[in-house]
Amino acid sequence: MKPIVTFEKVTKRFDDDTVVLDDFDFEIQPGERVVLMGPSGSGKSTVLRILMTLEDIQEGVVYIEDEPLWHEKRNGSLAPASEKHLHKMRGNVGMVFQHFNLFPNMTVLRNIIEAPIHVLGLSRAEAVKRAEELLDQVGMSAKRDAYPNSLSGGQKQRIAIARAMAMRPKLLMFDEPTSALDPEMVGDVLEVIKDLASEHDLTMLIVTHEMGFARDVANRVCFFCDGRILEQGEPEKIFTAPTEQRTQQFLRMVLKE
Amino acid sequence: MQWIDLLPPLLRGAEVTAWITIASTIGGAILSFAAGIGSGARFAGWRWLARTYVQVFRGTSLLVQLFWIYFALPVLLGISLSPTVAGVLGLSLNIGAYGAEVVRGSLASVESGQLEAATALNFKPVQTLWRVVMPQALVEMMPPFGNLVIQNLKDSALVSLISLSDLAFQADTLRNQTLDTVPILTLTLLMYFAMALVLMLVMRAIERYTVRLSGREVSR
Amino acid sequence: MLYGIHWDLSNSWTFAASIIPILLIGMKITVLATVFGFLIALVLGLVFALMRSAPMRIVSWPTRFVIEFVRDTPLLIQLYFLYYVLPDVGLTLPALETGIFALGLQYSAYTSEVYRAGLDAVPQGQREAARALNLGTMRTFRDVIIPQAIPRIVPALANYLVSIIKDTPILSAITVLEMLGVSQIIGARTYRYMVPLTMVGILFLILTVIAATAVRYLENRLPRAGIPLK
Repeated sequence: MKPIVTFEKVTKRFDDDTVVLDDFDFEIQPGERVVLMGPSGSGKSTVLRILMTLEDIQEGVVYIEDEPLWHEKRNGSLAPASEKHLHKMRGNVGMVFQHFNLFPNMTVLRNIIEAPIHVLGLSRAEAVKRAEELLDQVGMSAKRDAYPNSLSGGQKQRIAIARAMAMRPKLLMFDEPTSALDPEMVGDVLEVIKDLASEHDLTMLIVTHEMGFARDVANRVCFFCDGRILEQGEPEKIFTAPTEQRTQQFLRMVLKE
Repeated sequence: MQWIDLLPPLLRGAEVTAWITIASTIGGAILSFAAGIGSGARFAGWRWLARTYVQVFRGTSLLVQLFWIYFALPVLLGISLSPTVAGVLGLSLNIGAYGAEVVRGSLASVESGQLEAATALNFKPVQTLWRVVMPQALVEMMPPFGNLVIQNLKDSALVSLISLSDLAFQADTLRNQTLDTVPILTLTLLMYFAMALVLMLVMRAIERYTVRLSGREVSR
Repeated sequence: MLYGIHWDLSNSWTFAASIIPILLIGMKITVLATVFGFLIALVLGLVFALMRSAPMRIVSWPTRFVIEFVRDTPLLIQLYFLYYVLPDVGLTLPALETGIFALGLQYSAYTSEVYRAGLDAVPQGQREAARALNLGTMRTFRDVIIPQAIPRIVPALANYLVSIIKDTPILSAITVLEMLGVSQIIGARTYRYMVPLTMVGILFLILTVIAATAVRYLENRLPRAGIPLK
């Protein structure tokens, strides 16, 4: 089967010349649920942000299915992508942010239906139907007409998940979805993500430090360090018998918290 | 002359001042948004145009601008401008340049997370601007806009110097005719003050509306 | 001819070049009015700010009203008022001095707000800490509050200097011959307004850009945490 995401010798540098990813190779197969773990600043979130077109790349090629994300094929060679190409490619990918980023000027329902109506071209009725099903799944039907500022962090994140799902992405990414939450809210949100994972045949890419959750939801855990994957495999293997010393150190540190 | 006799001509002038202020505030608001949004445009030509406009009109004096539009521009264009047209045009261009800075700053103050979420939902830039950024930026614009509207009312007195018969013009004319300097100028100041108070109330009502629009204050 | 300087009407460029010396004479008045108007605004604004925060309401409330009234009415009318009414009460000032005072008065309404906001912005904890150290009121004010307020106050005040420059042409309404007044005379005598008015516009742009650059320089030089006073 063709991978849904391919990173081919990708280099990402920031303006101040710090190198985040260097010659980075990475693949995700359709239906896979991959968790990225590792110390902060190791480049995990950057992988997600590149796929969401929030950060560009300096070298290499990123493919989504067969098509390059940051390039367009022009006269047989690869040229930097136009906004039009990026727009087309973004349709495959969705993202849930650490800080939810709900639109405060819209009700919960409008947060979810706005893009399906105005980007996907759904009718209002269809979009509302889709939104109501998702609100039901994330257990937020009661807050349909509330404004985000009246909700708790956990509630906001569940809405944000529904909003991303409403776009029916092939790949759904979560960027530390629980690290901005109060501890008592974390469980609810993780539960929602686990439910979605079991009910839908979604490909997921998740950055998280929640090991129990990673064990339940992932088919593959990648341990990230200094812009590359140091070690990867099934969660059981990574968590119980990591081979690299850095991985062992990190896991000990996370468990202590 | 009795105080009461001074009222009719002054009120006639006040009416002109009110219309001039309203017209140039609307014109200025349009220019504010055009130049404020334009200075962040992706096309470099728009950015340059917007920034040059703001720089020129904020960097020079309103009275010089009014005189230039009234005396010099007609020579350049080969048409004559009535004092009303020149006055409204000058006031609009001037206050619009200040307003553009407010619009630009308010748009920039919206959190970057909002833009990222809009990108993740695949909104086009225009959709992001009008559906996500603008409703949240409006509430930031309102307090400084309130100050600019009062500023515009006060500035409108300068159109009397290009012979537009507003409140300041009527006051000066009456003073020349009657030499009742104290009552005339006192009444004039009070009338401007009263108009400023009315404008403040209006701006506060608009501000409350934009607060609701932004979702900042939650109505349940 | 003005101030003994002749203009050359052969074409627009020679005309523009020939009136520069005349306009520079006007610019001297512009700068003079700006500087002294600003100085008055600095002092009078401080007086207003102190009166406004006075503990006696009989002082603070009328002061608030005066500040509000001055701020919300046009400079031009205030200028007329001072120019035509002051002589009635026996105080006859030349036009330029009247204009400078009017500029200072109008801007003192703004600067008083700057002083007040700057002092209010010093965290309450600083006053409490000073009290805990048993510092006297004067000492607290001089050594703790003011040094911390200065970095907030100075840039805001300096911005009004740039604004005053742009308001000086209003003084031409009471016959002060600053730059715009001078260019009006040139225009009236030559029936050519385009060149002198454009020149005045450019000269104002130069003045405000210089002033704004100086303000930004000052802002960057000010220590963020406060000015240590000897």
